[in-house]
Amino acid sequence: MAKQRKPRAPAPDPAAAARLPWHPAAPPVPTALLISLAALLVRVLVSLGPYSGQGAAPKFGDYEAQRHWMELTLHLPSSDWYRNTSDNDLAYWGLDYPPLSAYQSLLHGRIVNAALPDAVALRSSRGFESPESKLLMRWTVLSSDLLVLFPAALWFVWAYMKDGIGVNGEERREGWTWLLAMVLINPCLVLIDHGHFQYNCISLGLTLGAIAGVLSRNEFVAAVLFSLAINHKQMSLYFAPAFFSHLLGKCLKRKYPIIEVMKLASVVLGTFALVWWPYLHSHEAALQVISRLAPFERGIYEDYVANFWCSTSVIIKWKGLFAIKTLKLMSLSATILAFLPSFVQQVKSPSNLGFLYSLMNSSFSFYLFSYQVHEKSILLPLLPASLLALKEPQLYGWFVYFALFSMYPLICRDQLLLQYIAVLGLFFLLYYSPGGSHGKRLNIPHGTKVVLSLPFLCSLFLHIAYLQIEPPKRYPFLFDALIIFICFLQFFILTLYTNYKQWMLDTHSRSIGVKKDL
Amino acid sequence: MAATTSPSTAAAAAWAFAAATCVKILLVPTYRSTDFDVHRYWLALTHALPARQWYTDASSEWTLDYPPFFASFSRLLSVPAPLVDASLVSLPVPAAPPFAHLLYLRLTVAFSDLLLLASALLLARDARRRRRPFLALALVLWSPALLAVDHVHFQYNGFLMGLLLLSLHFLEQGRDLAGGIVFAALLCSKHLFLVAAPVYFVYLFRHYCCGRGVVRGLGRLLLMGAGVAAVFAAAFAPFVYYGQMQQLFNRLFPFGRGLCHAYWAPNFWVFYIILDKILAFLLRRLGFNILIPEASFTGGIVGDSSPFAVLPKVTPIATFLLVILAMTPCLIKSFSNPQPKHIVRWVSYACTCGFMFGWHVHEKASLHFIIPLALLAMDSLDNARHYFLLSIVSCYSLFPLLFENQEYPIKVLLLLTYATLMWVGFSSHFAVKSVHEGKKANQSSSTVKKDGFIGWIGLSYLLGIAAIELWSRVFHRHVFGDRLPFLPLIMVSFSCGIGMIYSWMWQLVWIVRYT
Repeated sequence: MAKQRKPRAPAPDPAAAARLPWHPAAPPVPTALLISLAALLVRVLVSLGPYSGQGAAPKFGDYEAQRHWMELTLHLPSSDWYRNTSDNDLAYWGLDYPPLSAYQSLLHGRIVNAALPDAVALRSSRGFESPESKLLMRWTVLSSDLLVLFPAALWFVWAYMKDGIGVNGEERREGWTWLLAMVLINPCLVLIDHGHFQYNCISLGLTLGAIAGVLSRNEFVAAVLFSLAINHKQMSLYFAPAFFSHLLGKCLKRKYPIIEVMKLASVVLGTFALVWWPYLHSHEAALQVISRLAPFERGIYEDYVANFWCSTSVIIKWKGLFAIKTLKLMSLSATILAFLPSFVQQVKSPSNLGFLYSLMNSSFSFYLFSYQVHEKSILLPLLPASLLALKEPQLYGWFVYFALFSMYPLICRDQLLLQYIAVLGLFFLLYYSPGGSHGKRLNIPHGTKVVLSLPFLCSLFLHIAYLQIEPPKRYPFLFDALIIFICFLQFFILTLYTNYKQWMLDTHSRSIGVKKDL
Repeated sequence: MAATTSPSTAAAAAWAFAAATCVKILLVPTYRSTDFDVHRYWLALTHALPARQWYTDASSEWTLDYPPFFASFSRLLSVPAPLVDASLVSLPVPAAPPFAHLLYLRLTVAFSDLLLLASALLLARDARRRRRPFLALALVLWSPALLAVDHVHFQYNGFLMGLLLLSLHFLEQGRDLAGGIVFAALLCSKHLFLVAAPVYFVYLFRHYCCGRGVVRGLGRLLLMGAGVAAVFAAAFAPFVYYGQMQQLFNRLFPFGRGLCHAYWAPNFWVFYIILDKILAFLLRRLGFNILIPEASFTGGIVGDSSPFAVLPKVTPIATFLLVILAMTPCLIKSFSNPQPKHIVRWVSYACTCGFMFGWHVHEKASLHFIIPLALLAMDSLDNARHYFLLSIVSCYSLFPLLFENQEYPIKVLLLLTYATLMWVGFSSHFAVKSVHEGKKANQSSSTVKKDGFIGWIGLSYLLGIAAIELWSRVFHRHVFGDRLPFLPLIMVSFSCGIGMIYSWMWQLVWIVRYT
């Protein structure tokens, strides 16, 4: 994936070329506003579509789960949220996210309750669906996105450009609008949050804010925000090795490393204590919550997810061969082994660019090897990939396409195909926006092109086959398995590449350092 | 990677169209008005029945009331329909259409917009064969008013505007015969464009026929006449043959309707009605015996009796004369000095006059002039300012069309995004231009900075509109409860009417001074 820089073309003839409104000389604040408004518009348009489990009694889907949590948190005391009681049947969409998620449900429950009390009435509201309640619920996601992810993205782009991470001055001047669009109009995130119905925008937004905090050297803010992200969705822990190693590496370089580490640790512990306050009075209560967050009994993977365990289960029947305990151990050690190189690199020589790579590597290692991964978890590695879009445009385009493809069965189940097509189209139109120089300058040899286009052609075929061709009776999930296998291969190669890039940063910067010394 | 390869305007316009198409696909599940049922019925009607019965069939309440070319266009769009679902094109149409029907019809609208793209690509070069800025084309392709009316409310204006722009392109390039013929085809698709006919007639007569000697002029006059007549014959001859002209005419021009549509279009008549109400109120206070008219505008249905208490009754003939009178300066200009570079402005102005003073004008008719005016928006800073204001006002005046809660954020965001796009685009365009042009333009850009982009009057006007929107959404219910349900709509009409009057006068002054 090596990029070759073309020599700068002679200044284009102004009479033959179009100048796009958002190109340099455009005022930055209105331009950022324009991109944010467009991103919000796309979200609102996607939210017109159906949500997961719409009309699918008796179990429904994630929409009902969120509505149910609003109902529970609104009417029950916080001590009962995670306990099986007569009003709280944990088997029916029991709360399985950390307390911050519950507080968010409570807040949104209050808003919905003020407008439409029937939608969140205790017990009687199970499976409540109406056009108004759909609208209200959609607006809670939209407002969360607008309040958390959007400011975080703007802060990140500002911090990134101020620091000029791995890009030169010209790219900084031109590329920031593109980068902002790439971060905000991430088709997977838009479809899952505003189509399928989840609140990933909050945990990912908090993480993004934390990343921006690290880049702009506000480490305490970063620590608080990342702790909040973990407390919103425990999946944010996928990023923990990167944050931990980067901050540790930075602290070790300072004068009093131990004091610095202690300071950060106390900030993190303080944030956790605040969020967990209602459950800290007894050992039992805290354990009860934790047991809800780690549902080991649900198996090593769920549905069809493009990670190592699920993709290889065609050949090796992991679930049959090993006990849960062994599997837990295996997945734990595999995950640690996978993120260890990137962890070590960041402790050794923390750098902003290396931090972004290591975020991607650590989240990828969890996605590929850890226990109980959902297909939606691909959103986590996708976030750092979008942040690296200016540095690795080809990687990001490729990754988005296959990440979306890995969720294709889910999208079809939710009947969001129309939205899938439109958002995918819109994303790649922005990706190849005219006048932009991203994703075009790739001089790859002919042979590589053929190899690269092979999975792409397979995916095109599978898109159609999945809908149109009846799979053979013996293998009803043949196409699902093929889809995840192709995606797994792509993800695996991508993470090998990013690990390599992260390690090469070190030698690269050292060689530059040597040159400077000379 | 840093070197920006600037694309050709055509490539960029195609890109803009593709992006708009993605948005149109996302708009498929939105609210649709009864116009959706109208076009659904027409699709089935033109497919299931022979042309002889198109204007006589009354199996649905939505009878065909567009000219024959539009019916043929409907027929064309229905050709692939049986592949999707045979019940799409069989009569009677199902009362509750399945999603596939909605998708098919929405996609025909998005597909027919290709004509708009084609016209926009042709218009990438202006009358002097200079390149138009990309933004001028993007303002056409991304028009929120067009998206709202065509892809939510449901109509085929994109296709009709494509025809109008195609005709304007031919006129700009000096190909008058082609321009005239395309305009004739447009008239045979939707007769509301008749309002532009006087300008077309005068311009074509002077520019195409005159000034080349009597013989050649007569020859050209005959040629143009023959071309236009051929188009009309192709459209109407079958119906003359069937002996249905009277029936067709009654369908096309239903004169039973009142001066204003149920929701008042923001034009001159809004002020006329409001003045009448105020006068009636004042005179009654002064002791005069003023009868309250039986027919009321706020009721939406207007019969034959005069709805005015004090001011004279308005008749269709009066509105017709007023439209012609308002158009006169433009007609004189196009007669005395017919120049291709001004034709877009003249035609837009004619449509504006029709909108301001016409009989039973729909608010959607403002599309007929904001779309062509978008092409001129980048010509100068004054034009940009005018278009900025006009496009916001006209789009806002379409808001009551999409009245459901689900579409509320969509219409607001469409308008805000478009307004921000103009803000970004105009300010960077004129900043770059002033750099190129040096000192002289620097002064104008410094005045831009001093007054803001649209000046404080424009800004306070737009803020006033925002305040009215806020009032009608939030506070009206608290203050009046369920009383005066029409007040917010009247406020919207009134405030937009001010902007429309301003735009009309601005265009008039510009035409008198600069063309």
